[in-house]
Amino acid sequence: MADSIQMHVTRYSPGDPAPTVAVYEVPARKDWAILDGLNYIKDHVDGSLSYRWSCRMGICGSCGMNVEGEPELTCATFLTDYAPGPVRVEPLSNFPIVRDLVVDIEDFMEKLPRVKPWIIRDDDVTVIDGEYLQTPEELEEYKQFSNCINCMLCYAACPIYGLEPDFIGPAAIALAERYDLDSRDRGQRERLDVLIEKEGVWGCTFVGECTRVCPKHVDPAGAIQRYKLKAATENLRAFLLPRGAR
Amino acid sequence: MSAPVTYRQPVSRLWWLKKRTYVLFVMRELSSVFVAWFVVFLMMMVFAIGRGEESYQKFMDWAASPVIVVINVVALAFSLLHTVTWFALTPQAMVVRGPGSRQVRAMKEVRVAGQWVPAATVVRVGGRLPASVVIASQYVGLVAVSAFITWLVLR
Repeated sequence: MADSIQMHVTRYSPGDPAPTVAVYEVPARKDWAILDGLNYIKDHVDGSLSYRWSCRMGICGSCGMNVEGEPELTCATFLTDYAPGPVRVEPLSNFPIVRDLVVDIEDFMEKLPRVKPWIIRDDDVTVIDGEYLQTPEELEEYKQFSNCINCMLCYAACPIYGLEPDFIGPAAIALAERYDLDSRDRGQRERLDVLIEKEGVWGCTFVGECTRVCPKHVDPAGAIQRYKLKAATENLRAFLLPRGAR
Repeated sequence: MSAPVTYRQPVSRLWWLKKRTYVLFVMRELSSVFVAWFVVFLMMMVFAIGRGEESYQKFMDWAASPVIVVINVVALAFSLLHTVTWFALTPQAMVVRGPGSRQVRAMKEVRVAGQWVPAATVVRVGGRLPASVVIASQYVGLVAVSAFITWLVLR
């Protein structure tokens, strides 16, 4: 096996007309992830390379990049899986590039609170009054959707989000579903009001790529389709039932 | 602070050729055109039958022409793709609960006389059927319906 591998890394500085590709040679160590390769470049070759990372264990969700065109967590993707190379590392698609491999996720940060991803209650129970109880069975209903780490791989994989930036997107809807399915929550109606719109669940055409790239097996596509069923039932009810009985 | 100067990544018109899964998705969407063609074709056949035997024979001769046969073969292939892909996606979109499920009491918002009010209700938890069972039962349903229609036509 070769003891080094080429990395083709996207470089961009604010003001550049377009991103360019820089070629780096890094050691092809068996225990290195793509992120380790980038760290090697920053530490030993070119300290000006910019990218986001933090935990190195697939939980912080900050090191998402396109590796050979596929959205991946670079800390969870082995360098040698791309041997003999070269391996192409680019910023996540569908987001504006701030610098090199860093993208601007402001759009998601603005959209996420719209679906109210927190437990909504109308009774003002304080901590002193006690906790809300939940059985393991009730936890199991939403647990999968609570594993989202906001890494944005699903947004990078979604062609709809690329074409229609108003689409609220996979992770936001999966998180809405996570709280809807929570037995302690009463906010279904408020979230449905947001997601029943065109840029809500109906933007999705079920490409299913979000689920395929999700590193935490959240299945956002499943969440969106289940939400469509809820929205359709609600629309049908509004259409069929007389005003008083709705 | 002013917003940073960013580079907006363009989406190519041929984005759907970039991945095999994207191509399959576009083919699945396109299959609806062929499903619609089959509906039109069947309606034309029904109208031909309604107009009498000579009209029906003329329709059958037209349907046997090479162009129509090729169109129908392609349409059949797309319809199969449509069926297989949608059956495969169903377990994602629907939670089907089996015998292991249990009813629990829950507080949910329900509509009463146009108003949303919290009310004690019952929801079902657990017992979700595995995807393979949901998919298999759809094929069983398809075979049953096809067998019935075949019997209806051929008896």
